[in-house]
Amino acid sequence: MDRLDELESQSIYIIREAYYHYQKLAVLWSIGKDSSTLVWLCRKAFFGKVPFPALHIDTSYKFPQMYRFRDEYSKKWGLNLVVARNEAALAAGMKCDKKLECCNALKTEALKQAIAKYGFEALLLGIRRDEHGIRAKERYFSPRDEKFQWDYQDQPPELWDQYKNQAQEKTHIRVHPLLHWREKDIWYYIRREQIPITELYFAKNGKRYRSIGCTSCCSPVDSDADTVDKIIEELETTNTSERAGRAQDKEDTYTMQKLRALGYM
Amino acid sequence: MGKWESKKVGKEKIDTMRENLKFVVVGHVDHGKSTLIGRLLYDTASLPPDKMEEVRRMSEEADGVPEFAFVMDHLEEERRNRITIDTAQIFFKTGRRDYTIIDAPGHKQFLKNMITGSTQAEAAVLLVDAQEGLREQTHRHGYMLSILGIKQIMVVINKMDLVGYQQERFTEVKEAITRRLGEFGLTVPSEMVIPICARLGDNVASASGNLPWYEGMTMLAALDKLTPTSAPQSRPLRLPIQDIYQIDGETVLVGRVASGTIAGGQEVIFHPSGKSATVDYIKVFGGKIPQAQEGQSIGIVLKNAAFALKALKRGETACDMAASPTIGNTIVATVFWMSGVPLQKAENLDFKCATQQVPCTVKKIANRINSSSLERIQGDANELRETEVAQLTIKTDGYICTDSFDSIPEMGRFVIMRDNDTVAGGVVH
Repeated sequence: MDRLDELESQSIYIIREAYYHYQKLAVLWSIGKDSSTLVWLCRKAFFGKVPFPALHIDTSYKFPQMYRFRDEYSKKWGLNLVVARNEAALAAGMKCDKKLECCNALKTEALKQAIAKYGFEALLLGIRRDEHGIRAKERYFSPRDEKFQWDYQDQPPELWDQYKNQAQEKTHIRVHPLLHWREKDIWYYIRREQIPITELYFAKNGKRYRSIGCTSCCSPVDSDADTVDKIIEELETTNTSERAGRAQDKEDTYTMQKLRALGYM
Repeated sequence: MGKWESKKVGKEKIDTMRENLKFVVVGHVDHGKSTLIGRLLYDTASLPPDKMEEVRRMSEEADGVPEFAFVMDHLEEERRNRITIDTAQIFFKTGRRDYTIIDAPGHKQFLKNMITGSTQAEAAVLLVDAQEGLREQTHRHGYMLSILGIKQIMVVINKMDLVGYQQERFTEVKEAITRRLGEFGLTVPSEMVIPICARLGDNVASASGNLPWYEGMTMLAALDKLTPTSAPQSRPLRLPIQDIYQIDGETVLVGRVASGTIAGGQEVIFHPSGKSATVDYIKVFGGKIPQAQEGQSIGIVLKNAAFALKALKRGETACDMAASPTIGNTIVATVFWMSGVPLQKAENLDFKCATQQVPCTVKKIANRINSSSLERIQGDANELRETEVAQLTIKTDGYICTDSFDSIPEMGRFVIMRDNDTVAGGVVH
């Protein structure tokens, strides 16, 4: 078994654990490379048909290429796609003048509404430890209380593949099967498995997106990498961090922590 | 950019993924773990320029002193109070391979977070302050590492600047820690005890003029000498069943091979029920494979599908016909308690080992010790408190199968739950 085999096996193990313990499960699909890899791993874990919904939290401000990709692949992969939007906030004109407020309203609140509506007990998310210092502190199975708060000062111990296997009433569990993957592991795996990825990641006119989200808050980087091979080569030699182009990480030093404490991904 | 300018990373081979080694950094609070990690990242040019900028900006907003510890302590409370609360993982690389550092908190109250981090490590770096010497968590972390079965230990004696870089002091601390770890059954080779100053960079990545008497390796060179864990050859088959799926009319048992190998056509015996069956084939996404090895997550389809559905469930473990696990309902094990609410004899708990979960009660609490002083508190006790370790006799409701932790760790380690919270971990001898 090589490194990718080990990462994959661990992720499949975690996904299967989550499915065993939580009846009402969903996989969060942001249409990005990590959550698409996560959906791919779910397909592998269940030998083809993912037996729970893929939940897309739609802020309405995503790139058009992402919507096209979502619609094409949810059909191809036979996913039970659920799209959730905070319609009330959008109708009131919410947008990203203040990142904390907007991310909170259009992502976190929309997620809360979806959980309330569908009764999800647990969610699979594609976050990784190396994406951000706060995410580095996460557990594989991480509880959220009824206010969606993350009690990072008192997280449950996680030993030896034994995970939190019950959510209290009105709370939910975040499950992170990709926690131990690094950015370049994801790309090596995408290459090996030939996982379809939205075109935004590939260079056009000297620029590409290393991390994607809403059009207003994502900045592309200078790059000529227009194939997975070239992206991997670029990754092995670059020094800039993956989320350097994501505005919500920058608003103030602890924005990400505050967002996550309120229930963000 | 001046001194914060990150060094350029050379172009590397990109076709193969490099080896990765995971190690945990442990030790007493304020002995310099976070600073050491920051220094390792900086000296290996593993910090991106924007992160370097963030660290510099953070230090300025605080009190103007650049501190590498900020790199790891990303929680607001941690930075403000300059303590590490929870374990995190961060990545760096040397010429030889990639590394994952697991940072563990040094406070006694965060021991369960240190344990969580350590259970994922292949090796440990135990940090000791040269001036302070061995302190409470030094002992406790060393002892926990021995219980958790982490055998590769490097000792780094830090803050050599505070003791004038004196060889005598280094030797004194080196002898004390080597002796202490020896008492726990841990052997640290002499060359794996390294003097450094993380804050100033002495002997971390490069040799230091301040330590002219030292002829050994730098810390990075010593790290490159560690070997990743590899299981011993040919262990008996253990495949704990996680779940049973019906896929297109087939009954598929899923799980991850904990040890050994399994192949289509092989006869296996499921424990604890003791029923044997023949594997028809091994299923993966997209088809079948002839054989699966340790670590692989697979599905197996048995020749007798009806048997699978009727007689088996999660918790049953497919085992080697020729080498059985121990099957019983009484376990004697070394257990470390992690809950603020002490263990009481005869209270209702749950025992979780691999995919087995059964109710249990503790019949006996013996050889209870304080995990830092290692003093025996009493012979037999009626309760066990947080951070204490004891030999427990556990009675399970129903049979379970285990192996000794030394022979097949995956089947010899377990957690104890109280109301769905993990309150203890343990190993079977």
